[in-house]
Amino acid sequence: MATEPGAVIHPIEQFHINPVVPINVAGYDVSLTNSGLYMLLAVALACLMTAIAGRGGSGVPTRMQALGEMAYEFTAGMVRSAAGEAGMRFFPFVFSVFFFVLICNLLGFFPYSFVATSQIIITAALALMVFLTVVFFGVKEHGTHFFSMFVPPGVPIYILPLVVAIEIVSFLSRPISHSVRLFANMLAGHITLYVFGAFVIMLLGAGAAVKGFAVLPFLMIIGIYALELLVAFLQAYVFAMLTCMYLNDALHPGGH
Amino acid sequence: MEPHELALAAKYVGAGLAAIGTGAAGIGVGTLFGQFLNGALRNPSAVDGQFGRLIFGFAVTEALGIFALLISFLLLFAV
Repeated sequence: MATEPGAVIHPIEQFHINPVVPINVAGYDVSLTNSGLYMLLAVALACLMTAIAGRGGSGVPTRMQALGEMAYEFTAGMVRSAAGEAGMRFFPFVFSVFFFVLICNLLGFFPYSFVATSQIIITAALALMVFLTVVFFGVKEHGTHFFSMFVPPGVPIYILPLVVAIEIVSFLSRPISHSVRLFANMLAGHITLYVFGAFVIMLLGAGAAVKGFAVLPFLMIIGIYALELLVAFLQAYVFAMLTCMYLNDALHPGGH
Repeated sequence: MEPHELALAAKYVGAGLAAIGTGAAGIGVGTLFGQFLNGALRNPSAVDGQFGRLIFGFAVTEALGIFALLISFLLLFAV
């Protein structure tokens, strides 16, 4: 790592995937990596919290039960507002995606930890899962009527081919924007934190005259940390919200 | 100027150009909150119901600025 002044800083290094437990099966590298470890940790935390929250079920809720109920009501409200009452059949899916992304984002804030959602392959897998669910359920439930969502009603016939082409392209580019939004936000946030951290170290390593200025980027880090906490929650919320909106297309193709 | 120096200069110029996009996202976020405040002062009772949409619009707008910042970072540190 760059600690001496004037050295090149490498903010990308924190996103390197390193094997934690090397496993080799028939020539394939299936090691447990730091990325996989933090994803397993996120799943374990989510399972543990919901298990503790759902254990009691008494009239007087414990703190964890109240937290679980709040999480349920929050997600259920999101699903109902975006996909209607019929969307509640996808509630477990949306709940899982929301809390997986949220806990992955939040785990990244511990120093020396790893943020799994900063890997495009992971967000792309999540986004493709949503996309394929939409296509699969849309075609299964509505058959060819599903494709009527590409033909908006009330469009004059002479610009209809153009509108349909645009609708199809925008539908196909959904998984790209869906995954890149989350990945880019987490990546850019963690690079910014690293760059300001490097400023502090560089200023401390510089001459005595400018050493005191190291407090300025340090204060900036505190501010960015607060902003990034907001962004981590917001991006998980937006990811889940877009999932609901896309599922709405599978449930009610071509209008509402 | 050597070819690799030229490429390095172009890399930094490209990173700077990509960062212009963050300013464009700033215009978007400013418009978003300005318009929200405009509407909120006219009809304060509707504010709570529309807060989710405000945050959603903010995240979607801000993401475009982040995309530009990402290109800039990739040019600086990953290329």
